[in-house]
Amino acid sequence: MMPVVLWTDALVFLLIACAAGAGFYVGRREYLLASWRRVGESRAGMAALTVLLAFVAVGLLDSLHYRPRLDVAAGKPGGGYSTEVRSALDALLLPLKAATEKTYSAPLATHLYAKETVELPDGSQARLFPRLKHGGAHLQDAEAKWGRDVALRVLRGLALAVLCGLTFAALAAQLAARHWGIGRLAAWRRIRRGETRIAWNAVLATLAVLLLIAGPVASLAGGYHVFGTDKVGQDVLYLTLKSIRTGLVIGTITTLAMLPFAVALGIAAGYLGGWVDDVIQYIYTTLNSIPGVLLIAAAVLMVQVAIDTHPDWFATGAQRADARLLALCLILGVTSWTGLCRLLRAETLKLRELEYVQAAQAFGASAIRVMGRHILPNVMHIVLIAVVMDFSGLVLAEAVLSYIGIGVDPSTISFGTMINTARLELAREPVVWWSLLAAFVFMFVLVLAANLFADAVRDAFDPRLAGRRAALREKTA
Amino acid sequence: MLAYIVRRLLYAIPILIGVNLLTFALFFVVNTPDDMARMQLGVKRVTPEAIEKWKAERGYDKPLLYNGAADGAEKVTSTIFFEKSVKLFVFDFGRADDGRDIGHEIRTRMGPSLAIAVPTFVLGLFVTVSFALLLAFFRATYLDFWGVVVCVAMMSVSSLFYIIGGQYLVSKVWHLVPISGYAGGPDAMRFLLLPVLISVVAGIGSSTRWYRTIFLEEIGKDYVRTARAKGLSEPTVLFRHVLKNAMIPILTGVVVVIPLLFMGSLLVESFFGVPGLGSYTIDAINAQDFAVVRSMVFIGSLLYIVGLLLTDLSYTLVDPRVRLQ
Amino acid sequence: MHEFPRHVWLLVFAVFLGGCGEVWNNPYPAQDGGSNTFYSAFTERPKHLDPVQSYSEDEAEFNAQIYEPPLQYHYLKRPYALVPMTAEAVPRPRYEDAAGRPVAADSPRVAFSVYEIRIKPGILYQPHPAFARDETGRLRYHDLRREDLASIYALRDFPNTGTRELTAADYVYQIKRLAHPRLHSPVLGLMSEYIVGLREFAQRLKQEDAALAAAGRRGAWLDLTRFPLAGVETLDTYSYRIRIKGRYPQFAYWLAMNFFAPVPIEADRFFAQLGMAEKNLTLDWYPIGTGPYMLTENNPNARMVLERNPNYRGEAYPNEGEQGDAAAGLLADAGKRMPFVDKVVFSREREGIPYWNKFLQGYYDSSGISSDSFDQAVRVSVEGEAAVSPEMAARGIRLEASVGTATRYFAFNWLDPVVGGGQADAAARERARKLRQAISIALDWEEFISIFANGRGIPGQGPIPPGIFGFKAGEAGINPVVYDWSNGASQRKSIEVAKRLLAEAGYPDGREAKSGQPLVLYLDTTDRGPGDKPRLDWYRKQFAKLSIQLEIRGTDYNRFQEKVRKGAAQMFAWGWNADYPDPENFLFLFHGPQSRARTQGENAANYANAEYDRLFQQVKHMDNGPARQALIDRMTAILHEDAPWSFGFHPKDYGLIHGWVTNLKPNHMARNGLKYRRIDAALRERSRAEWNRPVLWPLGLIAALIAASAAPAVIGWRRREQSRGGA
Repeated sequence: MMPVVLWTDALVFLLIACAAGAGFYVGRREYLLASWRRVGESRAGMAALTVLLAFVAVGLLDSLHYRPRLDVAAGKPGGGYSTEVRSALDALLLPLKAATEKTYSAPLATHLYAKETVELPDGSQARLFPRLKHGGAHLQDAEAKWGRDVALRVLRGLALAVLCGLTFAALAAQLAARHWGIGRLAAWRRIRRGETRIAWNAVLATLAVLLLIAGPVASLAGGYHVFGTDKVGQDVLYLTLKSIRTGLVIGTITTLAMLPFAVALGIAAGYLGGWVDDVIQYIYTTLNSIPGVLLIAAAVLMVQVAIDTHPDWFATGAQRADARLLALCLILGVTSWTGLCRLLRAETLKLRELEYVQAAQAFGASAIRVMGRHILPNVMHIVLIAVVMDFSGLVLAEAVLSYIGIGVDPSTISFGTMINTARLELAREPVVWWSLLAAFVFMFVLVLAANLFADAVRDAFDPRLAGRRAALREKTA
Repeated sequence: MLAYIVRRLLYAIPILIGVNLLTFALFFVVNTPDDMARMQLGVKRVTPEAIEKWKAERGYDKPLLYNGAADGAEKVTSTIFFEKSVKLFVFDFGRADDGRDIGHEIRTRMGPSLAIAVPTFVLGLFVTVSFALLLAFFRATYLDFWGVVVCVAMMSVSSLFYIIGGQYLVSKVWHLVPISGYAGGPDAMRFLLLPVLISVVAGIGSSTRWYRTIFLEEIGKDYVRTARAKGLSEPTVLFRHVLKNAMIPILTGVVVVIPLLFMGSLLVESFFGVPGLGSYTIDAINAQDFAVVRSMVFIGSLLYIVGLLLTDLSYTLVDPRVRLQ
Repeated sequence: MHEFPRHVWLLVFAVFLGGCGEVWNNPYPAQDGGSNTFYSAFTERPKHLDPVQSYSEDEAEFNAQIYEPPLQYHYLKRPYALVPMTAEAVPRPRYEDAAGRPVAADSPRVAFSVYEIRIKPGILYQPHPAFARDETGRLRYHDLRREDLASIYALRDFPNTGTRELTAADYVYQIKRLAHPRLHSPVLGLMSEYIVGLREFAQRLKQEDAALAAAGRRGAWLDLTRFPLAGVETLDTYSYRIRIKGRYPQFAYWLAMNFFAPVPIEADRFFAQLGMAEKNLTLDWYPIGTGPYMLTENNPNARMVLERNPNYRGEAYPNEGEQGDAAAGLLADAGKRMPFVDKVVFSREREGIPYWNKFLQGYYDSSGISSDSFDQAVRVSVEGEAAVSPEMAARGIRLEASVGTATRYFAFNWLDPVVGGGQADAAARERARKLRQAISIALDWEEFISIFANGRGIPGQGPIPPGIFGFKAGEAGINPVVYDWSNGASQRKSIEVAKRLLAEAGYPDGREAKSGQPLVLYLDTTDRGPGDKPRLDWYRKQFAKLSIQLEIRGTDYNRFQEKVRKGAAQMFAWGWNADYPDPENFLFLFHGPQSRARTQGENAANYANAEYDRLFQQVKHMDNGPARQALIDRMTAILHEDAPWSFGFHPKDYGLIHGWVTNLKPNHMARNGLKYRRIDAALRERSRAEWNRPVLWPLGLIAALIAASAAPAVIGWRRREQSRGGA
């Protein structure tokens, strides 16, 4: 196989490197660590983080791309790679990806969703629901055995989940016991009761729930289409899992792309003032005053034209679709950096007047140095909060933009494209609800987790909340 | 005060010019006059002469920014950019690519857009502020906790789901209102009910949470404690003092969007088939009708600037301490 | 006290909706219930309603009811036949030689065909302010000043209207308008080739227009009657003559299209007055005709309303039809005065889902053309017979199916070095042909039709669809390169055959025989909406059967057209809708001199074959008959062998109609079907009431939920108040 690094893959890895670097940096500074500990204390925050990490794991698997080698018949000259770009996730889910039916089938069904007239072996015709090629194909007598088989698989999945969960718990207890130097049971009790600084019990509980869901789903997916199939018979579970990466990429790369601008311009405007401030303010007021959708539409169309007129730029369709995804991220970044920029400008204006900054200036430190060494670290909490808060909004925005037709490439699987096709299915009779529901559930969980985590981060980092906390405490007292 | 307003309005001019230049550049890269002509002239039997004729008629045969062939001032004025952009400043939007008057179109479509946007805005503001006040009143109780949970859950649902689900259940399954469409006059109520309700519900989550934070911040302040110490009842404190003082942050967020209500809602209007400015914009994007999109961008920018100005003015109304200079 | 909110809620609803009677979801005003109105929808805003410019089907939906060209298609008869509309008879051309002497039709000296058309006397235009006259007989609204238009926003704001009799001069005037320098007639180029003097006439007008502009009167009234058009002349009040270069039997079909409908000069002059265009008062917005309906409400954003033209002469419903029409009840109204419906309301419906749902609820009388929702309603059996689903049938919904006069195809660009046929080297040409044939077999259109068109189509055996002369059904008509005939049906050849052809083409197992590199082909499509992914996957799957790597390049329609125009696309999927029911209109799509890349013609595949081109020149001017059929068969055989297209399918149009609509028979050539239609308004009213009973329990449930969630708050409040009171 030939590894393929798409642009967004590269950026995802860059992002991870940045995060690791930041983690290292934070780890050595106690005052920063304190804020992060506050995040760790939040039960909801940690539970959300666990869910997010699960999503990220899926997304990362889906970011390792390659082109499979084409089979060559023995003794013939060969070589060359398929034009289809696959990811590690595809390889993992190959049975799901390959198991396509003719058209719609309901979750866990063994038959198609619509009746068809088929020719019977004796030559006569009958209208009936044809059996699926893959879903429940292992059952001889689908009607009689289906319930039993599903129940068995669920039980098997649950058992596996419990087994995994217990292993995790034991591992956690073991590690904790060694850390605290107490017995394993005692350590477990402390974890369970939440007597730890980090809310490990929330993490473990969330993990348990995730396992209890994933276990049966994985077990059922071996023989059925757990979320049914779509119009051309693709497994909806596969589509949903593939959508995760798109959502994550849009949510993170966008902020990554806009951050340098927002931070540099915001601080420069606030610190330097004068004409620099005027110019920067002019730029962001202008950008801000253009209705966002129209700006995005224009830019996306422009990129699309460029892609269309230069088909030779990209070796495969996946790379072309990826270019559009990247462009979408960049454009969303352009339209969304102004808010952060303004916040940073205001904060810098305040910081500029502080004594230590004045002192640095008096010592003759260059403007760049002051901004980099003294102001930047003191506005990082705002940046962080903005980043985590923006994430969920961007995931939601993708769906809307794809609906309008200026979102991701149609060949990219995303929540937006899923919802858009699922929308039409609601008009059917009997209604096809599973694609929409699957997209809804996954998107809801992702965005909910992101929102909860963002709340935890904001609560931990935002000093303005001190007042609010005081108010709450006074009330409860 | 007046001088301030005038100065702000003058400041708007370079911004509008910038907006115009930017959209002009973006859209002309996307959509050459040839493309526009083809789009309008249809599919079958389009001759190159017909395209030239179409372009000449609409002034698209001129150079984009600089006309070397013309004399004197015409070097700049006899260009596509000048002819298509400058007129916007006197609200002459010209004609859409299909030959219809954009100004007329905007005037007729404004009504339906406002008919949805204004009730949504007023009702939404009322519902969310009252809900947020309620949560602030019950702060640190299980009611507050669950209220916030509901808010977070509601804001985690894509607006598409609200619209799709609402339309499916209320119109299709329960037959309570027409599925789509619009009519003027008293009939409008039937068509507006569902889109307005859906928009309000979709906005509850995030707005309520935001207002609640503002209220809680206000409640944490000293004067509130003083007021309470004076023996004022909790509702009095909340409504008289907290609500009044929380107006400034609420206004910052709210006033700026009021003028933009004119632009209509892209999603709701296109789902419910409302002939407003939002669906006009989407149609124009899909048809790549540059003239319309440019006009809408211009209006949107103008309204945004007006919104900023209104925000500043409203500060002085709410808080006399704020002086504009 | 706790019950209070619920009452308010229900009360509010009752007030909002009480006025609508039993059904709450009626999108039309309640007082319109039971009226003799036909309800329909349009998805695209009509761009042009001026008959010289309008060339799309959604515009014809309006225009064809209003404008009356001299001829029309017989509503019921198949194959399509021309019958007179305003003309006394279908004109038979006379032939003349270069000197103007009459010659026989088959004479080699034929230089001109002359059509003389005589129209029926006594036909009146719809009431229109352009015809309004004052007491002195002067046209009332023809010297308006700007001030006079101050309070005018729509045509109906003019208080007076008038009418006049239709004359032959109106037809001649419209033909001149085709060449109007300020109008864009899509057929001017084509018609200049045929109508004597039209090209020169257009040149002349262009000069005049330039002269006007130079004199500082740009856009001033240009009186077309001042200039003669050599090939078209008025003979007397009721007849006119058109001279055509050479032989062009297809010209009669054009006489049934709106390009040849009458336009009164009064209307043109009326709208040309200063200030009219600024108020959107143009002929492009307000059609004026002699037809059964007139446009009374023109709001392309929301609704368009056609109402019965009070001056309509009252054409009679046809007395005869196809076999089976009488049994289908299509002749029940034979000989009765049309139209039957008083008013037609078109609502703008941009999205397919509301359209479909409103149809199911009975608010549209017929459903639109193709929609994704169709397959829930239509079941297709193995023989390809379609029927409504039992649920629909129980509601009285009928299905009208017919094969359209259109074809969807998958073209190989003849100029492409890999799949094309223009290589210098004969062996290379042979290889490319085998490749195309292999792909033609692999592209399983039967599957495509069943998945994406819900069985709404028949696989193409050649370019000509059924219902058009030249089409052959059964074994004689199959494409022997792609199909076998077995058990009385055509059977796509097995993929093994395709693989063998591919190997012979030099790509065994999808790899170049010499280098072993995989064969990569490129497909250009306009499928790039979010819903198009399945279709792209399908294409990929088809090529994967041959182990060919397919790269799909989705572009927007503009870019797609540009690529095709430049001959830069390797393979692409496209379609063609017939202008008129003649095989020439399909065969010309392969005519070498009309290559898209070279001459901007309609031959998008840029196919070129000398033998084919020679035969085409012959077939073009022949009358239908065995001789023509023989030539067409030869041409089709060439196409089968060369395979410049994979002949996709001929889409079938399925229309669903409610039980209260009668006299409806799909007619792909004629769009003026509204006048034939009849509805049973009372039945519709009953059905609507029955199908749309509001479901009220959810309202109660929601109210209960709100009350339930409010309860803890109220309790909490009380408790707090009490504790304050107690403290």
